[in-house]
Amino acid sequence: MPDGERSLRLSPLDEQHRALRARMVPFAGWSMPLQFAGILEEHRAVRNQVGLFDVSHMGRLYVSGTDAAALVSRAGTYDARRLEPGQGHYSLLCQEDGGILDDFFVYRVAADRFLVVGNSVNADRDREQIWGLLEPQTNATVEDRQESTVMLALQGPRAVETLARVAGPEAAQADARRGLPRRRCTETQWQGETLFASRTGYTGEDGFELVTSVEPGRALWEKLVAAGVRPCGLGARDTLRLEAALALYGNDIDTTTNPWEAGLGWAITLDDGADFVGRAALEAARARVERHLVCLMALGPGIMRSGCVILQGGEQVGRVTSGGYSPTLAASIAMGYLPSSLAAEGTNVEVEVRGKRLPARVVPRPFYRRPVAPPGSQKPVPS
Amino acid sequence: MAVPPELRYSKEHEWVRVDGDIATTGITDYAQEQLGDLVYLDLPKVGTAVHQFEKLGEIESVKAVSDIFSPVSGEVTGCNEEAMKSPELVNQDPYGRGWLVRLTLSNASEVDKLLTAEQYEELVAQERAE
Repeated sequence: MPDGERSLRLSPLDEQHRALRARMVPFAGWSMPLQFAGILEEHRAVRNQVGLFDVSHMGRLYVSGTDAAALVSRAGTYDARRLEPGQGHYSLLCQEDGGILDDFFVYRVAADRFLVVGNSVNADRDREQIWGLLEPQTNATVEDRQESTVMLALQGPRAVETLARVAGPEAAQADARRGLPRRRCTETQWQGETLFASRTGYTGEDGFELVTSVEPGRALWEKLVAAGVRPCGLGARDTLRLEAALALYGNDIDTTTNPWEAGLGWAITLDDGADFVGRAALEAARARVERHLVCLMALGPGIMRSGCVILQGGEQVGRVTSGGYSPTLAASIAMGYLPSSLAAEGTNVEVEVRGKRLPARVVPRPFYRRPVAPPGSQKPVPS
Repeated sequence: MAVPPELRYSKEHEWVRVDGDIATTGITDYAQEQLGDLVYLDLPKVGTAVHQFEKLGEIESVKAVSDIFSPVSGEVTGCNEEAMKSPELVNQDPYGRGWLVRLTLSNASEVDKLLTAEQYEELVAQERAE
């Protein structure tokens, strides 16, 4: 094992991954699976059937107490006080100057209990920001459960029926036939422990994110795989999220990003006087939108990658922040910031790919939107 | 991992099959496995003169792009157009339908600088151990 890998943190599912002959790679300080059978096969399984990701490297903070709602709302840009128990929402963790420290999901698990799920690479930032806002009189506790739990993402059009079959209808709330509504969450029992299930994901597909203690988490992984769910790695996670045009922290957004330019205004609550870290700067940034995060599709052969220069009329007009191959569209796709004057759909640009200029076009965001089943066409869930 | 005994190999994981003064090249089974799903091949035009161990083209998987190097010197007489349309052929059959470039060999003695199948297997074993 190379020296650099010795200090990597291991997922609680490390043994399971090695048994499935996953190719492991270092990612944000963790050793995680890049792929199992192959990125394309895994990507297609999620689009057409169902796939399972180990996302135990993600940050998981539980904030509890009568001041939990106020604390979580101070730390992030979305006013979590608006959430009903059982609801979740996307939010940003910003600096006072408005720079994005992390993007995360906040769930109101119960009236006085929140779960904050952020990027593994920013787990320390999330914890420090929330801790830093704790005052002696604050009635709230912050518990880091990154080490003591497993987090899985079960994604794909067959996620609901699969979770109902393996973990019981309560986890999927499948007795309602349609499962848990989008972005809602619930807690149920699995092998004698609490299982958190939310109807969320990072693939553009229907599905769940699941959190439970280590041992039941391993059992859940194994039972889902035994039920025929395809294990998937970080490679497919990236191609899926790119097709769905979901921002990746460190690529598409960072401390220098104006969130309004990234199209993340929906994560920011400005209209009810909520006070949060970075509010004043973000209000000012809203009036300073000069560029937009756009979707680009290559019109010729070649693959746009992160860092490639975007040109128009021979002049540099931007850079690719995320790029790659779209298995669904069988073409190269990318995201990058372009000046507002060039951000309209249909605008033609060139992208410099290893010394060659590849023609590309601004296309609607996202690249892929999952087909919505017509009402009444939902298959009954097997009991 | 397949390493056909009748081929010669480069340290950069290309193979070459020599038949008279015709050389057919591609990437090895180990290389395709390491690269993962291939999605794009950029190969030289017919008539291009290439030199041993110099860049022959580019090959891209979902995750990354890699250069491919010519195991021998010569002039390009053909590229595998079927594989350019369907790069997964290189994953499925790297020594057969997934060949990449055909050349007329300009210096047959260069083949002696390449690894035998046995030597190549040792190289892969070393890389895997690292």
